Amino acid sequence: MSNQNGTILSVTNLKTYFQTEDGVVKAVDGITFELKKGETLGIVGESGSGKSVTNLSIMRLIPEPPGKIVDGDIIFDGIDVRKLSIDEIRKIRGKRIAMIFQDPMTSLNPFLKISTQLMEVTQLHLKHSKEQAYQHAIKMLEIVGIPDAESRVNSYPHEFSGGMRQRVMIAMALSCEPELLIADEPTTALDVTIQAQILELIKDLKTKLGTSVILITHDLGVVAGMTEKIIVMYAGKVFEIAPTAELFATPANPYTKGLLKSVPDPAHEQGTELYQIPGLPPDVAHLPPGCPFSPRCEKAQDICVREYPPFVQINENHFSLCHFAKEVYAESLKEREVN
Amino acid sequence: MLSYIIRRLLIIIPMALLVVTLTWVLIRMAPGSFYSGEKKLPAAIEANIKKKYGLDKPVYQQYGIMLGNIVRGDFGDSLKYEGQSVNEIIRRHFPYSATIGILAYLLALAIGLAAGIIAALKQNSAADYGSMSLAMLGLSVPNFVLGPILVLIFSLWLYWFPPARTGGVLSYVLPVITLAAIYAAYIARLTRAGMLEVLRSDYIRTARAKGLSELTVLLKHAVRGGLIPVVSFTGPALAALLAGTVVVERVFAIPGLGNIFIQAVLNRDEPLILGIVAFLSILIMIFNLLVDISYAFLDPRIRYE
Repeated sequence: MSNQNGTILSVTNLKTYFQTEDGVVKAVDGITFELKKGETLGIVGESGSGKSVTNLSIMRLIPEPPGKIVDGDIIFDGIDVRKLSIDEIRKIRGKRIAMIFQDPMTSLNPFLKISTQLMEVTQLHLKHSKEQAYQHAIKMLEIVGIPDAESRVNSYPHEFSGGMRQRVMIAMALSCEPELLIADEPTTALDVTIQAQILELIKDLKTKLGTSVILITHDLGVVAGMTEKIIVMYAGKVFEIAPTAELFATPANPYTKGLLKSVPDPAHEQGTELYQIPGLPPDVAHLPPGCPFSPRCEKAQDICVREYPPFVQINENHFSLCHFAKEVYAESLKEREVN
Repeated sequence: MLSYIIRRLLIIIPMALLVVTLTWVLIRMAPGSFYSGEKKLPAAIEANIKKKYGLDKPVYQQYGIMLGNIVRGDFGDSLKYEGQSVNEIIRRHFPYSATIGILAYLLALAIGLAAGIIAALKQNSAADYGSMSLAMLGLSVPNFVLGPILVLIFSLWLYWFPPARTGGVLSYVLPVITLAAIYAAYIARLTRAGMLEVLRSDYIRTARAKGLSELTVLLKHAVRGGLIPVVSFTGPALAALLAGTVVVERVFAIPGLGNIFIQAVLNRDEPLILGIVAFLSILIMIFNLLVDISYAFLDPRIRYE
C-alpha cells in the first residue's frame, strides 16, 4: 500500500472548469503539487482562487454539471482517482480521505443527532455494529475534547457552539483514521480564540495519527505554524510553491509579497494606513492573455500584460509564476539582510 | 409540548366563534332572507314567520341566542330541510366529501412527492422538464374543465369508469383524479424546490464526503429538510380536500358537504351555513395544529413551550 517515495498524493496539471452562462470558468487551471506522507501542505489564496475546487476535485465532489475535471492526474497512494468508478471513490471518501469544511454551522445536518452523524461513517466503512459505532462516536468526541461526551453524543448540532461543532466535524472526519485530511478553511467561521484551539487540535491529531493534511486558508497566520509547504494560488493557478519558512522569509512572487504585507501587524502604528493589494481578484471567466495578476501588480511591465509568465524554479523546492521571479527573490533576500 | 397543544386547542373555540360571528354578520348584511321569494308575502304572514324564528327580537338578542346555541353544540334545524338538524345533515354528507378528499390527498401526495423528488435529483433532465410541465398543466387547468374532459375520455369514449357516483369503487376514480390533480402539481413543485435547496446545502456535501451512497444521502439526510415546505402546504390542503369541493361534487353528482354548503348559501339557510362554517373552520384549525406539531418532529430545532 505504501509508495516507494512516500508520496500520498500527487496532483499533476489538474484542470477543473465550470460551464456558466458567462462562459467557461477555469476555477482550477493546471495545478501541480505533491504531498508526502505525514506532511502538511498549506494552500493559500483569496476567495475564488480555486483552493476549494482543487480539493473537491481530489474527492471528486465537484457538482457535475456545471463543473468538470477536464484534464490532469490525481494519484492518491498509487490510485488514479479520476479513473475510479463512483462506487470505488465512495470507499475512499470518508475512509481514506476525509474533509473538514469551512462553516461548522451549516456543515452538520441540523435534523440528525450528532451520534447518528458520527456513527454512519464507521458503520459504513469499518462495518461497525450499532453498539460499536456508538462507543466509537463517544470515543471520538472525547478525543476532540468535547466534555461530557457520553451525554453530548445524543445532542443535535444546534445545541453546540461553533467551536464545538467544528470539533464534531473533526471527530467525524477522523473516525476512520484517514490517511489524508483536507481541512477547507477550518477556522474561518470561528472566533479568534477558538481558532487557535482548533488548529492545535488538528496539529495534535495529525501527529498522533500520522495523517497527511492539506490545510486550505486565506489566512497566512494560520498556515505559518502548521505546514511544511505552502502553495499560493491565484486565479486557478499556482503562483508560488515553497517550504513554509522560505516562503515567509524570501517570497519570489509579488502576489505572495503583497499577501504577506497585508497581514495586519499588532504593532502597527496607529494613524498609518494598513497595506492592501489594490484592485479585486480577477474574473476567471475572462482572463487577459498575460499574467492574471498584472493589473494589480506594482511591478508589472509591458511583458506582464502581453505574455503569460513562466513557472520559474528558484531552487530545488521553490517555484514562482512570474516574469521577474528571480528579481523579486533577490529583492526579498536583500530586504531580509537589512532587517 | 403538551401545554402548547392544550393552549392551541383552547384557542380554537374563540376563533371558531369569531368566524361564526363574521359569517352571521355577512348573512344578515345581505339583502333578502330565507323566506323571501319572487312574490312579496302579506305583512301578517311575514310577521308570523319572523315571530316563529325569533326574528322579531332585537338584533343583539338574536345574536346572543344564536351564539348560546352554538356554544352548546346545537346549531338547530335547517330552515330548508325542515325537521332535520344541522348536525345530522353534516354527519350525513361529510363522509362523501371526506372519502374522496382523503383518497385525493393520498394520490396527490404519492404523485407529487415522487415527481418532485425525481425532478430535483435529475435537475434539468427530460424527467425534470416533463414532470414540471405536467405540474404546470395541472395548476393551470381548472377542475371544472378537467372533470368533464376526464368524463368525456374515460366514460363516454372508453367506457372505463362511470361518469357519476354509483356507489361502486370505480365511480371514485374520476372524481379523485380530478380533485387530486392541482394538489399533486403543487406538491410536486414544492417538493422539487425544497429538495433542490437542501441538496445544495453544505451538510449534503458533508454527507457525500463521508462516502455515503446517493440513496442514503437522499433518504437519510435530504428528505426531512426538503419536505418541510410540503408539510406546511399539505395540512391546510387536507382540510380543504375534506371540506369537499363544490365543482367536483357537482360534476360527478356526489352528495358531499361542498354541494350542501352552496345550496345552503343560495337558500339563505342560516343555521346550516353557520354549522358548516363552524365545522370547517374547526377542521382547518386542527389541521394547522397538526402541521405545527409535525414540524417539531421533523426539525429538532423547533420546540414549543
